[in-house]
Order: sequence, then structure tokens, then C-alpha cells
Amino acid sequence: MPFLELDALSKHYGPVKAVDDVSLSVEQGEFISLLGPSGCGKTTTLQMIAGFVDATAGRIRLQGRDITHAPANSRGLGIVFQSYALFPHMTVADNVAFGLEMQKVERAERARRVEQALALVHLDAHAGRYPRELSGGQRQRVALARAIVIRPPLLLLDEPLSNLDAKLREAMQFELRTIQQQVGTTTIMVTHDQAEAFSVSDRVVVMQSGRITQIDTPYEVYEHPASEFISRFVGKTNLLPPATDGGPQRHVRPEKLMLKPAGQGRADATIVDRFFLGSQWLYHLESPLGPMVVVQVNDGSPAHPPGTAVALDWDDAILRTLPEGGR
Amino acid sequence: MSDTASPRTRSAAWLTLPSLLLFAVMLLTPLSLTLMLSFNEYDAARGATGGFTLSHYAAIVSDGYYLEIFLRTLRIGLITTLLCVVIGVPEAYILSRMAAPWRSVFLMIVLTPLLVSVVVRTFGWSMLLGIEGPVNMLFQAIGIGKTRMLYTEGAVITALVHVMLPFMVIPVWTALQKLDPQVEQAALSFGASRLTAIVRVVLPQIMPGILSGGLIVFGLAASSFAIPGLLGGRRLKMVATTVYDQYLHELNWPMGAAIAVILLIANLIVMLTCHRVVERQYRRRLG
Repeated sequence: MPFLELDALSKHYGPVKAVDDVSLSVEQGEFISLLGPSGCGKTTTLQMIAGFVDATAGRIRLQGRDITHAPANSRGLGIVFQSYALFPHMTVADNVAFGLEMQKVERAERARRVEQALALVHLDAHAGRYPRELSGGQRQRVALARAIVIRPPLLLLDEPLSNLDAKLREAMQFELRTIQQQVGTTTIMVTHDQAEAFSVSDRVVVMQSGRITQIDTPYEVYEHPASEFISRFVGKTNLLPPATDGGPQRHVRPEKLMLKPAGQGRADATIVDRFFLGSQWLYHLESPLGPMVVVQVNDGSPAHPPGTAVALDWDDAILRTLPEGGR
Repeated sequence: MSDTASPRTRSAAWLTLPSLLLFAVMLLTPLSLTLMLSFNEYDAARGATGGFTLSHYAAIVSDGYYLEIFLRTLRIGLITTLLCVVIGVPEAYILSRMAAPWRSVFLMIVLTPLLVSVVVRTFGWSMLLGIEGPVNMLFQAIGIGKTRMLYTEGAVITALVHVMLPFMVIPVWTALQKLDPQVEQAALSFGASRLTAIVRVVLPQIMPGILSGGLIVFGLAASSFAIPGLLGGRRLKMVATTVYDQYLHELNWPMGAAIAVILLIANLIVMLTCHRVVERQYRRRLG
């Protein structure tokens, strides 16, 4: 029996199918990301699990118990909201203690667990502050501590990192994963950022127009996307002509193409533009196969200036074809 | 820095000039005239005679008649404010939860008392509450019997609450608009009942709105004139109606001025105290 099971879950707003026939099984301790562009139904799905949106059809079972229409305040889930939704009139410690207070945990035990949770997110020194006195990253940690302190069976994260700047977002990704592994809580995160989904999840659920289009490990989603849409959503891609007439189009990721001196590869190309990304160079090229994108590791050697004639080379084993009709 | 700041400051000072002038002419001048008048000596035959005396203030403080009027005004002001909180806060909360077309319709309905002239509105109440009025007819029909409601504190408070409600609903509604709806959801998700979520999470955040609404209502109710004048009658005097009587019936202008000054000071004390509480309690938390 799966720990959490979504069974043909749907949410319709009049004729609009916000979530359409979504089925998913989650094992205990798993970190699952719902990934997709805005309006794909990922947030609505999360809100149905949380109990803020009532499902039109389908079932939600948590540990075998049907919670499809249970009120939100009876589910006992830990939720980190996109806006963090901290209680602005309460100190950090009171915010974290709120859920325990509702569970009628006695005072001494409550204080001990609040302290523990704040230590876990490195905020023990800020227990007496008010949310508005904290930075964005600190507020995010309070929201996380507040959600895990009640030891929920399920942790729901709604775009938890989207309000942080890039540097902090990356640091928090790893921290989120570390903390989740320490406490072992089954976690479902909603995000539109593929890097975020890939770096922390055990499995990624890709959604598009209210439906699930792929469920796989991050590596598989990147290497074997189920459709061209997914392929382009999770990274850059180059189209190569079919190997045989009428065969499927082939795809190759930019970092898997090699640049060789002119005439020594499988296709000639000219560098149109180059972008320095720090650890990598990104080249835009023009070739008889069409425009190409190539990413090369910045290994210290000088970059090719625009106008350079080069050749493209690749290993046939890394070419991907997409499933027929995969859109 | 100061070079760039000073022209700005100077132009800002000029921009405040019209409102400063308005305040000086319309508010400060009559106020200081009233203040000076309140220290004038009074002679029953000749009216205000100039000179300087504290006798009017001494009379107000020592005479139980005035004390009773001040206490009644305070009581009516407080009860009105309390009722406005009890009715207005849930009203604003429900209003803020309404769907788009209904919200503006009901907000207009809340504001309607302000659109009707105070005299018309008050006569309306006196017809409703009169001894032959519809309320008494209803009372008779259900067996309570005729009740004298006009010229009681109850009638004054009812009419005051009716017209003061918008002044409570609007600041509370504004405070509610600023709330993050996810915060209430968060409270629910952590196991709070709806009532607990409102009491523990929503109410504390809109407290500044409730307090400022309360201040406006109390200030307006404590200095109200037309409603107690028409619904309270000759015997049920409030401070503002007493001031009117002193000026126009007793022709004791200095006494009227002294009462008005004390009402102003009392109102100021209440407001400043509340303001300080708000500052201290909520500045740090809610900004």
C-alpha cells in the first residue's frame, strides 16, 4: 500500500479542467516534486492534498485513510506556503509553537520541540524576533520549522524558494534536502523551476494542462523526456534530422555536442555568438542542420570568437528520439 | 546631501501652506477664541464681561449636575463604541469574504446611513421608536406591551450605532484587505478551528484597524449633538447639547466654552492614550 495515493484526482472549475485525472503513488520518505509551467494544475493538486480546495472527482488516501473531503484542520499536514504565511504578530518561537499548541502538547515538551526545530534550521538565536525583523531566507526557515515541528506525516511545499534571490535559493535547495532526509518526512514540493526540482527530488512529476505527462527520476526526465515539451521545459535541446527518411527526429542536449576544428566533425558550423556563464561557455552556432546551441565547460582554454568556423561532433549513443505523438 | 535635501524640504514646506492656512483659520482661531472665552467673567445681566476667572471650570468640576452629564456622555460613547466593535468587526470580516459583485453592493449598503441627512435619519428613528411607532406595534402584537423608548439612552445609542457603523467597518475592512489570505489557511492547516484561527490569527492583525475605528466612533459619539438633541430630549443631556443650551438658552457663553474645552481635553486624552497603546503594541510587530 502506498503511503500517499492520488487516485484519478480532478478539479473542474466549470468547463475548465484545472486538474484532470491525476494518479500518483508516493512511498514513505520520498521527496516528490510537481513540476510544470504556471497554470498546469500543480498548485491546485497540492491544495487538494492540503484540503484548501475540494476535489471534483477522485480520491486522496494518506496511510490508507481516505482524506479526500476531510477538513484542512483535521489532516495534520505540515505546509510551507509560497508567501510563508507566518503569523506577523507572533514571535518566531510562537509561530513555531502554534501547531503544537493546537495539538495540545504540554508546555515543557512544546518548548523543547520548538527549540529543536529552530536549531535544525539554524534560527535558535532568533526565537524572540518578529517575522518582519527577519530576512527572506530566515522567514523561509521559520516556515519550514513551523511545518516540521508538528511531525506531520506529509510535508507540502508550495514554491518554497521562489521568493528568494538566486544565491540563497541554491543554498536553501540543499538545506531543504538535508533537513528532509534528517527528519525523513514524506515531502511533496510544487515548483516551476526544473533545477530546483532536479536537485532535491527523488522523483519528478511533470504536469501540463492539468495532466501528468511524466513521472520519473530527475535524471530520467532530463535524459529521456517523454515529449518535446518536457524536453524543452527541463533544458535546452538541439534537433537533428532523422537517421532514415521518415524516421523520428533526434534530440541532443547542448552539453553533449563537441566542438572540433573545421572539417574534422560530422557537420560544419559557424559560431554566431558566445555567452560567458562562469563555469561554462554557451555558443550559438549556424550549421546546415539548422541553428545549434552548444555548452562547453570553461576549462581555462580560450573561447572561440564569433565567426570561427568549427565542426560539430557527437556520439550516436547519446542521441534521443522522442516517443511517437509525444507532445 | 543637505544641498539636495533642502530645496525639496523647502518646497514641501510650501506645499503644506494651504492646509496650514485652512487649519489656522478654520480650527485654531475658533478654538483659541473658545479657550479665551472660557476664562471670561460672566454676569447674568450683561453676559461675558471680559477679565479672567477660573470659576466656570470650578463650577463644572464641583457641580454634580455637570459630572452626571459628563459621565452619561462617557457611558454612551463607550457603549456605542463597544456595540460598533461587536457588530462592525464581524460585518467587515463577512464583507471581506464576499464574492466580487456582492461585496461592493453590501459596502454601499453599509455606507447608506452617511448619505441621509442627520435630521431626516434621526426623525426616522423617532418615528420608529415613538409610542405609536411600528416597533411598539410589534411589541404589542407579541405581547410585550407598549414601551417608552424615545428619550432614553437606549434610543440615543441605537441611532448613534446606526450612523457610526461605517466608521468602524471601513478601517477594519481596510486592515482585512492587507491580510495575506494564506496566513488564515496556515492557521487552519496547523489544526486550528475556524474560530481559533479568527481569534488567534486574524483579530490580532486587524487590532490597529479596530482601535482606530473605535477612536473615530468614540470621538464622534462623545461629541454628537443632533442625535442626543432629537432622541434624548430635554432631560437626557449629553455634553454637546449642554454646551448648546449654555450658549443659546442660558446665554452663559463662558460656561458653554469651558464645557466645550473640557470635552475637547477629555477626548484628546482618550485618543492619545489609545494611540500610544497602538504604537507600543503593534509598531514592532506589524509595522
